[in-house]
Amino acid sequence: MGTTLAQKTWDAHVVRRTGGGEDLLYIDLQLLHEVNTPQAFDRLRAAGRTVRRPGLTLGTEDHNTPTLALDRVIKDREGRRQAELMRSNCAEFGIPLHRFGDPGQGIVHVIAPELGLVRPGMTIVCCDSHTTTLGAFGALAFGIGASQVEHVLATQTLPMRPLKSMAVHVDGTLPAGVGAKDLVLALIARIGTAGGQGHIVEYRGEGVRALSMEARMTLCNMTVEAGSRAGTVAPDETTYAYLAQCPGMPQGAAWDEEVAYWRSLVSDADARFDKEVTLRAGELSPYVSWGTNPAQSVPLDGRVPAADGFATAAERAAAERALDYMDLKPGTPLRDVAVDTVFLGSCTNSRIEDLRAAADVLRGRKVADGLHLMIVPGSARVRLQAVEEGLDRVFAEAGADFRVGAGCSMCAALNEDRLLPGQRAASTSNRNFEGRQGRGSRTHIVSPAVAAATAVTGRLSSPADL
Amino acid sequence: MEKFTVHSGTAVPLRRTDVDTDQIIPVRFCASTSRTGHADALFADWRAEDGFVLEEPERRGASVLLAGQDFGTGSSREYAVWALQDYGFRAVIAPRFGDIFRGNSLMNGLLTVVAPDAVVERLWELTEADPAVPVTVDLERLQVRCAGLVQGFTLDEDARRRLLCGLDAIADTLRFEADIAAYEATRRPALPVTRRPSAAAR
Ligand code: SF4
Repeated sequence: MGTTLAQKTWDAHVVRRTGGGEDLLYIDLQLLHEVNTPQAFDRLRAAGRTVRRPGLTLGTEDHNTPTLALDRVIKDREGRRQAELMRSNCAEFGIPLHRFGDPGQGIVHVIAPELGLVRPGMTIVCCDSHTTTLGAFGALAFGIGASQVEHVLATQTLPMRPLKSMAVHVDGTLPAGVGAKDLVLALIARIGTAGGQGHIVEYRGEGVRALSMEARMTLCNMTVEAGSRAGTVAPDETTYAYLAQCPGMPQGAAWDEEVAYWRSLVSDADARFDKEVTLRAGELSPYVSWGTNPAQSVPLDGRVPAADGFATAAERAAAERALDYMDLKPGTPLRDVAVDTVFLGSCTNSRIEDLRAAADVLRGRKVADGLHLMIVPGSARVRLQAVEEGLDRVFAEAGADFRVGAGCSMCAALNEDRLLPGQRAASTSNRNFEGRQGRGSRTHIVSPAVAAATAVTGRLSSPADL
Repeated sequence: MEKFTVHSGTAVPLRRTDVDTDQIIPVRFCASTSRTGHADALFADWRAEDGFVLEEPERRGASVLLAGQDFGTGSSREYAVWALQDYGFRAVIAPRFGDIFRGNSLMNGLLTVVAPDAVVERLWELTEADPAVPVTVDLERLQVRCAGLVQGFTLDEDARRRLLCGLDAIADTLRFEADIAAYEATRRPALPVTRRPSAAAR
């Protein structure tokens, strides 16, 4: 029987099989941000340990960073302390760090690929669940907790329990106006927030091959919302073309050698998956979430569901709670739901393609009266490129608020960008949990195109509605 | 890590599914740079609502949490584990856990036990009927016991061994330092290394 892409990568990184249920895996790259890491460094220091491979480690500042201006300091005292510790810890242990204001700074999952640090067949970890994003390159990328961060800092390895495999086949290609965000919301709505639990997902099929690297990152990013430990896409010509223009790539014969190796990193034709799901891309349309977890999503053409329509008592109870929290009445067409804020950003959708998609909708149009459209670039580079392409002018003419600083911003609501209690937003981020975008906030997860159209009408809308 | 062998304590029946880590500890408390001091942040938003089970006087001092499916999904924040431990929980029993949360819990000595839905339902009923009834989580015999109920569970041998001995996972791994060095010698030379942003780029 053949081997899956994920298994090949896993096997190539086993330092030792313990026999007690875990494999000790070598980690090719550890990414760090200022949240979840101070505790790891404190314990490392207390134990008199050091960082084994600072050159396989990279830090950035993203969660607390301000977005209004580059010379602002972080207002929140504790958030500022986290950033300060990130700087002193990285300096002490010799870890390269992209500080706020640096041209290479941005959301950790956005900058790592930009810097050419993410390649097929690598193992990558980060103190952040959306590390799954980087599987778009055919890497094995996991989110980990602070104790595991400390473990990787000290040993460059991680004991991991073997995971199961799951294939998501996407038959056919997505219709115009339907993107990776809609595809992944449809998948999560179908398999649930635990549908991928304990599994590494591999996205396969024509519908995936047709996606750009940016779109694949969106897809893999939200894989964690289905409970999966990682998401992957086998590398192909699209991957190599993207990598070829990244900094620090091998050149000439060395490049050819790498590509030849990467070509071997595909699942064998006779590889078996523990679980398989098929989606028909042609049948999909824009999706939006109505509830308080990403599986509570429906087509934008649909209506807010009634709690009693769900199969299990637990789902009914969860739906009832969600409807109450979101202040929605069953049967309401989603297109009738008005929002007061639109947030375009986060590691799911803040790359240049996402900004272009929004600009295409906004060009020659205006943001609805009284609505706040906030656009936060995923990285300083994305912002620079958007300006070079003139997207900043499109945003300004439409009345959007295109922020200067890159970072997580209103996705995590750790900086000063947050919703007030009861405010409702359409957000291109990945989580609609209770209070996620600020205490008492209400979030509808959408694609960049739907976000932009919604900003124009003031109600959940797709570009086709304009 | 704190050792875990056998623990008995009263329980909190949390009849909710999909309790993500944003609910266990809202993000505004994650600006702290400490591992401790998170007890008040545990379920902070739900505790502010009327009638939340954790706030019932008879649940005071409880140390076993009984939760519904998919406890600890979402964000990787280890604060969720620290907050549960700070509050006094030693074990969580649920039909299914978020993967990252589960890994974090076992690294910290908070035992997460997977039990079938029907067993959690029974434990809810028993502890709702009698808040004083103790729940025993026995890692030596891999059993959960409460009133007449006895339920076996499984845990990977590696994780179990570390918990039973209170072993530091890093020290455990460093026994294989020679294997790590040998592996490093075989890595593909073209693999990327990180660099300090150059002064010019700054
Ligand atoms: S953008 Fe949001 S989901 Fe992504 S890393 Fe930042 S806080 Fe996490």
